Amino acid sequence: MKIRHSGRAGEEKIELQMTPMIDIVFQLLIFFIMTFKIVQLEGDFNIKMPLAAASDVAPPVSIPPLKVRLRAGDDGSLAGISLGERALNSFTDLRAQVMAIVGPATAPGSAAAEAEVELDCDYGLHYEHVIEAITAVSGYYSGGEVIPLIQNIKFAPPRTEQDAEAG
Amino acid sequence: MKILRRKRDGVEGDMTPMIDMTFQLIAFFMVLINFTEAETNERIRLPLSELAKPPDAPLDQPLTLQLTDEGTVLFAGEEVPVDGIGPYLLRERQVLESLNKKAADATVIIRADRSAKTGIVQEVIQACQDQQFEKFALRAKQEEAQEIPSGD
Repeated sequence: MKIRHSGRAGEEKIELQMTPMIDIVFQLLIFFIMTFKIVQLEGDFNIKMPLAAASDVAPPVSIPPLKVRLRAGDDGSLAGISLGERALNSFTDLRAQVMAIVGPATAPGSAAAEAEVELDCDYGLHYEHVIEAITAVSGYYSGGEVIPLIQNIKFAPPRTEQDAEAG
Repeated sequence: MKILRRKRDGVEGDMTPMIDMTFQLIAFFMVLINFTEAETNERIRLPLSELAKPPDAPLDQPLTLQLTDEGTVLFAGEEVPVDGIGPYLLRERQVLESLNKKAADATVIIRADRSAKTGIVQEVIQACQDQQFEKFALRAKQEEAQEIPSGD
């Protein structure tokens, strides 16, 4: 008499070969861990610097550009900030002044959307201070969102190294 | 008499939780990986800014210039002094023109070191302007935002 195995087939466990899969999975895991790098996000500040020839035909701006002057010490540190003729103590001051002049850029036609900032920096000034100044004039955080101020930012004609020595 | 159970060869552990976790880890690292290292350089420490927001859409025709604190420009895998950048920019412009695009349409991304001299950054901008590049993006690293009360 034949012994039938069919009755017991359901109970039999199917053996899967786990080893190759786990090998590969761990390899992948190790690859991703090794290539993992925490990067802080980077963002851009847009500045538009049309050519000198083009700026002659540019429509006149209703508000003359706010001139921000950044002075540098001998080692490139920030020695002084002024807005127009007025000396300021910090970038917080600068932001407050800009806010007082233009107000937040809430509508497309508002003063802040029209206004323009011209940065006039010493040759040797460390670049991070320029970014600080741009941050101060271009907006601020309030209630978890960015309130934009002036977005039109340009550089004054560069000062040369000789200027820095003379001044 | 005690009946000894025959031991199976090979201990059978339950693999399922481990494989679950491993796949989760793989998925996590896969999502976070970014391969954009070609345009970044360890030497350059970007300035920090709380308003540096990553752009919503990728820039049209980006051109990345990296400025070291020694006043040299890293461009296309080469290190060139600032006054020698002109021919490279000219070549970029010619490439753009061969694609029926103008240099003014391209955006020059400037990744300058935080202690680079501003005058040198301006020289780079001027060199770009000489080749009719008009749009610039100054890149900064995102910093923890500081709240400013809106009252005043």
